[in-house]
Amino acid sequence: MNVIIDNLDRYFSGFVLTLQLFVVAGIAALIIGTVVAIMRISPVGALRTFATVYTEVVRNTPLTLILFFFAFVAPQLGLGLDYKFLAMIGLSLYTSPFVAEALRSGVNGVPIGQAEAARSIGLGFGQTVTQVVLPQAVRMTIPPLINVMIALVKNTSVAGGFFVAELVTIGKELANANGNAVIPVLLGVATFYLLITIPLGILAGYLEKKWAVSR
Amino acid sequence: MSGSSVLFDAPGPKARRRSRITSVIVTLVVIGGLAAIGIVLGQPREAAGGITLPGVWDASRWDVVTNPALWSQIGGGVLNTLKAALVAAALALVLGVVFALLRTARTRWVRVPATIVLEFLRGMPVLLMMLFILLAFSSGSYLAVVLGLGLYNGAIIGEALRAGIASLPKGQREAGLSIGLTPFATRMRIEFPQAFRQMLPIVVAQLVVLLKDTSLGFIVGYPELIRTTMNNLGSALGNKYLFTLFIITLVIYLVMNLLLSAFARWLARRSDRAQRGGAEPEKPGGGDAPGAEPGPAAAVQAR
Repeated sequence: MNVIIDNLDRYFSGFVLTLQLFVVAGIAALIIGTVVAIMRISPVGALRTFATVYTEVVRNTPLTLILFFFAFVAPQLGLGLDYKFLAMIGLSLYTSPFVAEALRSGVNGVPIGQAEAARSIGLGFGQTVTQVVLPQAVRMTIPPLINVMIALVKNTSVAGGFFVAELVTIGKELANANGNAVIPVLLGVATFYLLITIPLGILAGYLEKKWAVSR
Repeated sequence: MSGSSVLFDAPGPKARRRSRITSVIVTLVVIGGLAAIGIVLGQPREAAGGITLPGVWDASRWDVVTNPALWSQIGGGVLNTLKAALVAAALALVLGVVFALLRTARTRWVRVPATIVLEFLRGMPVLLMMLFILLAFSSGSYLAVVLGLGLYNGAIIGEALRAGIASLPKGQREAGLSIGLTPFATRMRIEFPQAFRQMLPIVVAQLVVLLKDTSLGFIVGYPELIRTTMNNLGSALGNKYLFTLFIITLVIYLVMNLLLSAFARWLARRSDRAQRGGAEPEKPGGGDAPGAEPGPAAAVQAR
């Protein structure tokens, strides 16, 4: 226990970095994911194809490989940025197709009659999507989106393997420095993750229950 | 395709022309963008120490692909990845069943601790779990990868199976009990087979995630595909070949995962039809996003 209290400042520095990675990558992934989702349901064939290929390729590439690319290969190709920013780019790209898929399944979950009704009173594609379908889809989308965000919190740990001193890296260093207290050190790290993931999980469950009855 | 969507009119001649023109423009922009990236990457580049590296498409950066020694090393990496994934998947399935049983136990003394442990396992990064096993039990990297993945994915599969059991009609359990099966036998022989079948798409989608996550072995030092290609081969051959090795690794992962995903989709469609008792292709979707609930029944197919 003493190890954790003595090193609380190091834990906090890792926690702050984890939070930074999570917030920046989360917002960027939401933006990219929304664009991809809209492309995926649009009337233009080329946009649909592009979005589908993007989703399938990124979703089936391991995060480790993506982060490896940004940490080692990209600097070689002339993209020399801080490792933290490179990790943020990698995490955003990796998370975006999951966001897009969550949004798309929400859109697919809106009953067909809603879209038909909107079309029949003369709304166009843009109006139908933004005024009728999306507001309803968002409700069905928020719980899965929160789950995507929980996965992102956990995925920030992979950045620890690529020169970003977030929580897991701190845990590894502390565990190596305190060989007799490995288990408490790592349980301390786990606690910080649970501080984010468990409230988010409870929120997702609550919203799901609250909104499930509304229709 | 676009005619079947309700989100927009079946396009008339004008709209069709407009959409075709947009399509062509988008295609040109995408191809142009990719070509621009390709050309930029293809430029020779000044590396550290004043050496000029040829562009990434230069033949001298790809000559290794004809070297059989390279492929036998990569093959070893693929085998290690598959070995870890298979063992971890078997472990995760077994643990998933056990977790689901404990989580739905009738005694509170079993159910509550099981719930807490499961929440704990699901809320932690897999990497942290691997490190924990590696450092706390000095188990070696292979065991760390396999046990870490098995525990984490077991918890997720267990949760999915629990949801599957919860979604069964109550009569199933009652019928099992009324014909004289013990509660345990009812669970194993009546409820589990149905829950498993219902959740099969989610379970397989989770196995795709598991296969991808074996790559975390790179960080804990297990010689799986990425460590073999990017680390071992990368430092043996030098930075000149790093991009080449990256592309090779990417393609191998895409092939493995797309095959498994295609299998998952086929399975989802098949079990969907079997449950319906006939070939009614009414409900598209299913287990498309790993970790997504089966919840929102897909009604509008907007593509």
